[in-house]
Amino acid sequence: MNDPTLLSGRGLGLRFGGITALAEVDVDLWPGEILAIVGESGSGKTTLLNVLSGRIVPDSGVVWYRDPAGQLHDVHVMPAPALRTLHRSDWGFVHQDPRQNLRMSVSAGGNVGERLMAQGARHYGDIRSAALDWLAQVEIDADRIDDLPRTFSGGMLQRLQIARTLVTHPRLVFMDEPTGGLDVSVQARLLDLIRSLVTRLGIAVVLVTHDIAVARLLAHRIAVMQRGRIVETGLTDQVLDDPRHPYTQLLVSSVLSA
Amino acid sequence: MTVMLSTRGLSKSFVLHLRDGLRMNVLDGVDLAVAAGECVVLSGPSGAGKSTLMRSLYGNYRADSGAIWVRHDGAMVDIAAADPRSILAVRHKTLGYVSQFLRVVPRVPALDVVAEVLLTRGVGPDAARERARSLLMTLNIPARLHAIPPATFSGGEQQRVNLARGFIAEHPILLLDEPTASLDADNRAVVIEMVRAAKTRGTAIVAICHDADVRDAIADRLFAMSPYQDAA
Repeated sequence: MNDPTLLSGRGLGLRFGGITALAEVDVDLWPGEILAIVGESGSGKTTLLNVLSGRIVPDSGVVWYRDPAGQLHDVHVMPAPALRTLHRSDWGFVHQDPRQNLRMSVSAGGNVGERLMAQGARHYGDIRSAALDWLAQVEIDADRIDDLPRTFSGGMLQRLQIARTLVTHPRLVFMDEPTGGLDVSVQARLLDLIRSLVTRLGIAVVLVTHDIAVARLLAHRIAVMQRGRIVETGLTDQVLDDPRHPYTQLLVSSVLSA
Repeated sequence: MTVMLSTRGLSKSFVLHLRDGLRMNVLDGVDLAVAAGECVVLSGPSGAGKSTLMRSLYGNYRADSGAIWVRHDGAMVDIAAADPRSILAVRHKTLGYVSQFLRVVPRVPALDVVAEVLLTRGVGPDAARERARSLLMTLNIPARLHAIPPATFSGGEQQRVNLARGFIAEHPILLLDEPTASLDADNRAVVIEMVRAAKTRGTAIVAICHDADVRDAIADRLFAMSPYQDAA
């Protein structure tokens, strides 16, 4: 294949009333590539994530996704059921608040198994053993499989959400501040977990974060957003160690180092 | 003589927007060539741009003008013009960099920090860890430390883990930034031996090295640099 691009956004623009949420945004993602989108609150990071994943329709521009057969799909024109199928199979979404994704009244094992069942898995024993395997991969004890998520800590909930998302082996995962709101020690464990799983499974990730250290640890490439525009983009270490745009310089110089 | 790395008219400045756009010129038309099996040590006073040159060679800093040719997969790639994915491919296979300080990843044991590059190249976990173990032992990192994340290691131990990580993949081109700064005499001797062995394999090496003994032991020639002179 000459052009391996998995996901491509071109000329994306969106306004909320008088506010520019996105302007002239171009994004490309290759298989297995991790792209971090950084910027302060209100810069349009999460809006971009929602547009790329088909959850918000932009005023202008187009988002293409290449399916495993090499077929291109315009994410915003494809029929809703097809987009839902995509979100249940090829794609995953990791929210900052795991409660947005998890079903709090269903057991931990059920939360992981549900996504498999949505894909057509029917054999109870297989589903349960896949759930057990994934709980182990995200370091949740097997004896918690029948417990309800509301008995879990914040870090455990986030790990459960990751297990639920990755159990179907998606090719592309959207992550919105996956370590936000967690204690530093819990963050480190989660980051290491995300890093090793994503690398091992070769998953492409669009990662929204305001935390530059998270971007540095996880991302191959980085895009810096300010007021709805990408002001600087490139190799993660280049942009962070040799920032050129005034806003990127401000962002990098504002980080406290421990 | 096969040239592995060369620069042509490489220039680099920094514009500090938070300091009213202050412009700092650091490199001005640098021409450097390094052959296979050769070790070139950058020399010059503090502020001459040695680290800036090194980081530019690695693609960590973006050149303003000029070219940085690297022999990768039998062809020459211009790091100064290459897109991010090409730079990552060159770093993966061809261009290794041992920075002065280890950037530690939380929770990853020293052994895996070192083995990582081999694992990403598809070497089996057992073989990769075995190679990492033997390299760490060569650098006098005792086995009891291998399973521990290096965050709590001393400066010298971290530097040796970093060296093991940098040397394990046997990149055809190696950039060494003060590889022995935090090391005692015994370990400096180990590093000198490792550099010599790499040169024998045909590795092209660019180093920054303030320790005169180490420099004399590894350098085939010095590349003199001086602070940027603004045109009067």
